[in-house]
Amino acid sequence: MLQRIRRAPPRYWLVGVVVLFFIGFPTVISSFLASEWAQALILAIAIMGLNILVGYSGQLSLGHGAFMALGAYTSAILAHRFKMDLVATIPIAGLLTGMVGFVFGIPALRLSALYLALATFALAVVTPSLIKRPAELTGGVQGIILTQPDPPAFAQSAYGFLTGTAMTSDQWIYYICLFCALILLWFAWNLVRHRPGRAMRAIRDGEVAAAASGVNIAGYKTLAFGISAFYAGIAGALFALAAGFVSPDTFPVSLSIQLLVGAVVGGLASIPGPLLGAVFAYFLPIESSQWVPNQSWIPDQIASTVKNAGPAVTYGAILILIMIFAPNGIVGLLHRGYVALNRRLRGAADRETGQMPPNPQTV
Amino acid sequence: MQEFLQQLVGGLAIGGIFASLALALVLIYNAMGLVNFAQGEMAMLATFVAYALINRGMSYWIALPVTLVLAFGGGIVIQRVVIRPVEKAPILTLVIITLGLATLLNGLAGFIFGYVPRSFPSAFSAQTIDLLGVFISYRDLGVIGVSGLVLLAVYLLLQHTTVGLTLRAAAHHPEASRLLGVQVSWMLALGWGLAAAVGAVSGIMVAPILLLEPNMMQSIIIYAFAAAVLGGIESPIGAVVGGLIVGVTVNLAGAYLPFVGGDLQLAVGLAIIIVVLIIRPNGLFGRAAARRV
Repeated sequence: MLQRIRRAPPRYWLVGVVVLFFIGFPTVISSFLASEWAQALILAIAIMGLNILVGYSGQLSLGHGAFMALGAYTSAILAHRFKMDLVATIPIAGLLTGMVGFVFGIPALRLSALYLALATFALAVVTPSLIKRPAELTGGVQGIILTQPDPPAFAQSAYGFLTGTAMTSDQWIYYICLFCALILLWFAWNLVRHRPGRAMRAIRDGEVAAAASGVNIAGYKTLAFGISAFYAGIAGALFALAAGFVSPDTFPVSLSIQLLVGAVVGGLASIPGPLLGAVFAYFLPIESSQWVPNQSWIPDQIASTVKNAGPAVTYGAILILIMIFAPNGIVGLLHRGYVALNRRLRGAADRETGQMPPNPQTV
Repeated sequence: MQEFLQQLVGGLAIGGIFASLALALVLIYNAMGLVNFAQGEMAMLATFVAYALINRGMSYWIALPVTLVLAFGGGIVIQRVVIRPVEKAPILTLVIITLGLATLLNGLAGFIFGYVPRSFPSAFSAQTIDLLGVFISYRDLGVIGVSGLVLLAVYLLLQHTTVGLTLRAAAHHPEASRLLGVQVSWMLALGWGLAAAVGAVSGIMVAPILLLEPNMMQSIIIYAFAAAVLGGIESPIGAVVGGLIVGVTVNLAGAYLPFVGGDLQLAVGLAIIIVVLIIRPNGLFGRAAARRV
């Protein structure tokens, strides 16, 4: 055991440090900040799912906000109408959304990447008005207000024992989100390193060649859709839990765009990418809208427009710049830096490894 | 019956607007095999330019051509700056870039002009004339007329001028065209400029009906997608026919299907897209795409 730990490659240590950081984080920040980080983790889960679909299997979905909406409303309706425990509805919402995604993936098989993007984009635009229609079920425009759960006794006492303060409901929700995020991260990591992941990447890089090698194209493509929707469904259910309400306008097109920004910025086809991308995509509009009004040199009128239009402008500009200059996102940049540093440190001998450089334009 | 005809004419008028935007999508699809998700936002920004010009006291009929020329230039600039660096990238990269462009233009419009809806003047009065028992407003007639003119102009340009021939050649056989001395990359830019101008017409036509604000084209672009897909995404004629069919279908569904009503009309657009893609992915006028393996 000890030897195994000693021999673990450095990135496992990095993973351990990051996990410890996320576990300890809410004990040192305010309860409100913990709820914001919970939202960022939720975004990260949805982006992980999108990344499996776009980054690994090469199918572009611009409608993942719609899957999140489905998960959130499943959870909210189960909790509100059928009086189920809100936390217990999370896996149900995930499985239901995953099944819908799987079924959605069957017609998607026949579509080229372009048509798929088009159809899912239309779905994302229509989602809010689709939700409003069955008003007796979804609460219409008002949505559904949920009661957030109090932390259970074991969590209360453990938290009190470790920190000496009482655990708030926001902190409890943060830990639920963290738990889901870690499990799903572990699942995604295993998925992409094993047979399904290899098959998906083979399909992405050359569908005909993959089919010729005996990869079940239809099966893995729909599987990717299903898993991706499952992630989005879990994220949606957690969103309902963390926000305490769901309404049609919490799932606009811009949510789908935000997910795409996160996936692209963090780095497509990478496992840590979604986490970095989510932190970026979540905190950019919040921080900028807090920073701008505090600057006294910016006139009030400009500051208010910047607050409204700023996120769209920066999201758009960043999407374009990243796709042109760094198609592999933050993770790609870090990796490039790490490789360059390694070469510098190890000298000329290691320079030619004989490996084919990855094609940066392969999304 | 009269009510039905009334809805039909209204559908044709709004369909003409969809057709212009769908035609813009088709122009770019033909030039580089890409659906431009930013087409609606480009049209919206052009409409804001027209609004600013008219607000400064320029007459409508001078502001219109000036806006179209500016939109044409804007389209070329966008192609040169944003699209050209990734011309040879995979389609997913290009789609993400046009989406980024859409978000950026939407934010820029909000940044410059704000989010308060503004009324946009129409060149035609809202008065109606009685045509065989059907009341048609001059505005609807004007929209149909202007859309028809634009479509005719694009058709003549593409089919009966040297520039049009070169454009089509560059799109269909870039390598051969390059050998014959065509500057293929600039032809793509020209295609973007043309598409931007054609799309701008749809924005200017729709602005008096909806109110002018940065999210104005968000629903129109869905109908335009539906129109382009229905007509076969590479066929200009198909875009026009598709636009008219989508316009009429959406209008009739809103009027006669009680569960659709006003608020689910957009879902009809989505339904058209999905049904066409599943049943007949090449649309009404498209050819089955041969895939090179």
